[in-house]
Amino acid sequence: MLARSRSAGLLTLLALLVGSILIGLAIGPAEIAPSQVWEAIRPGGAASPERDIVLVVRLPRVIAAALAGGALAVSGVLFQALLRNPLAEPYLLGVSSGAALGAVVVLSLGFAVGPAVVGLAALGGALLAIATVFRVAYSTGRLDTRVLILAGVVVASFFGAGVMLVLTLSEGRTTRSALLWTMGSFGHASWGMIAALAAYALPAAVAAFALSRHLNALALGEESAAHLGTEVERIKWVSYLIASLLAAAAVSVGGVIGFVGLVVPHAVRLLWGVDHRFLVPMSFLAGGTLLALADALARTVARPLEVPVGVVTALLGVPFFIVLLRRGYARSSG
Amino acid sequence: MSFQVRNASFHYPRADHPAVRGISLDIPSGCHAAIVGPNGAGKTTLARLLLGLIRPERGSATFAGRPATAWPRREIARRIGVVAQEAPPSLPISVREYVEMGRNPYVRAWAPLRSEDRRHVMSALRRADLEPLEERSVTELSGGEVQRAKLARAFAQAPETLVLDEPTAHLDIAHEMAIFRLVREFVDAGGSAVTITHSLHLASRFADLLFLLDDGVLAASGAPPEVLRPEILSRVFGWPLEVVALGHPEIAGLHIVPLDSHGGREGEPGAEAAKGGSP
Repeated sequence: MLARSRSAGLLTLLALLVGSILIGLAIGPAEIAPSQVWEAIRPGGAASPERDIVLVVRLPRVIAAALAGGALAVSGVLFQALLRNPLAEPYLLGVSSGAALGAVVVLSLGFAVGPAVVGLAALGGALLAIATVFRVAYSTGRLDTRVLILAGVVVASFFGAGVMLVLTLSEGRTTRSALLWTMGSFGHASWGMIAALAAYALPAAVAAFALSRHLNALALGEESAAHLGTEVERIKWVSYLIASLLAAAAVSVGGVIGFVGLVVPHAVRLLWGVDHRFLVPMSFLAGGTLLALADALARTVARPLEVPVGVVTALLGVPFFIVLLRRGYARSSG
Repeated sequence: MSFQVRNASFHYPRADHPAVRGISLDIPSGCHAAIVGPNGAGKTTLARLLLGLIRPERGSATFAGRPATAWPRREIARRIGVVAQEAPPSLPISVREYVEMGRNPYVRAWAPLRSEDRRHVMSALRRADLEPLEERSVTELSGGEVQRAKLARAFAQAPETLVLDEPTAHLDIAHEMAIFRLVREFVDAGGSAVTITHSLHLASRFADLLFLLDDGVLAASGAPPEVLRPEILSRVFGWPLEVVALGHPEIAGLHIVPLDSHGGREGEPGAEAAKGGSP
């Protein structure tokens, strides 16, 4: 049952997020009963192998997945509002290709680098792509959203070609790990990476929420927003920056994970409407839920192999979204 | 004085001609001014200069003594409500939520509306006669209802001045009258308004002051009977026009009647239509 009112919706989504985190802690290659999960996360619980698995192995990746999912969903909300384009998603503007290039270059150099270094390289690549796109779109003294999309798409192609070039020239073993990285995984999430992600994602999500009414006004068009008191240029570049940083932070921890930023905001809009004061926090919770669940599935569906989490989000998210779309359109036309 | 324009010119990038050239005008507070003129005469550009959306390349445009572009948008939005030529709303929100956006300049971007804001929204809905449609989605409104919703949103801003860009384009007579009446009532209650319109008749009837633009320059200005003179209008619109007083004791409006024969000036706009129109 979906709650009809928006505040009830918020509570429902919060409960779903907590539930999905608990599920993520309970399932995996080793089966752990819900009572043991409780025993493990309860302060002062007795030490046991299960407690180690839950707290040391599973908790970091579940939290990382939930944070990255929330970040990607809010990033999608911002890009869709900024570009007034329902197809906009965090990766449209080259963030993912930039991150992938950074990661792949470091991986193919062949040094035994830790995941944190790969993450940093990914963040660097993403920021480079963001800066390039922004520089091009801002050249006329204002942020032209049409130029922004075009610049984003060509920069994404350019960096994508770079990834292919590096992969072609590198050895087979590196190719595989790089390829896996481009499909997303939280297997190497560490508390240090989570702290960095949270330090980025939480303030950025709060900042996105603080722009709510401006984002609502932008949906009417840039001049109309100006008539309603929005400093359009400032809001545009601030939201572009927030959205890009959210996506870059998520990519640097979990690799390239598609569909969350596209599907989650649309699903929330279809169910609870377009007001960003609710859309932003609801998308954060729903994105976190989706990615925490997807990560749990990624670990279990093909045990002992792990499926890339990006594959799960697409396989899970797209059919769900198609059902919602059909129901949403049936309701609005009927 | 609410708006003051001095020798202002503006040229859109990549355009062949400047959109407005050396315009000077004063729009005093407490009056309803109408900006009229042919298509492409620079009316909307002039409105954008007044609203500070563009900066004059030469000259100046001030609102309440301060350059229009120097106003923080939030502050100017508390003083000027705008009914712009914007695409019809495609958002699935209710009329009330749409009008609530008029309170944006008064509330924090994340905060809920206060009871004072709700009072303004309710009174704006009532004023524009939209109370019965309050819960209707704005995507389902007719053209006339959309314009009334935009006007209600502007009213909700509690402005002292309204700027309306062709508020009655594509509307039928009853809806045109409704919009102009609402604007007139707003001015009579102590507000100011600037309306861009193609309806010279309604401008003559509801406005105190007319500004006639022609090809980016101010061709005439003053009270309606001073501006709506056949020789001026015929020249500016490129078509022979007659101006007829209504002869109604209570309605002061002037009728602009296009004559049938164009006077045979080949190649001028309307020459072909004039020939085709008379068998």
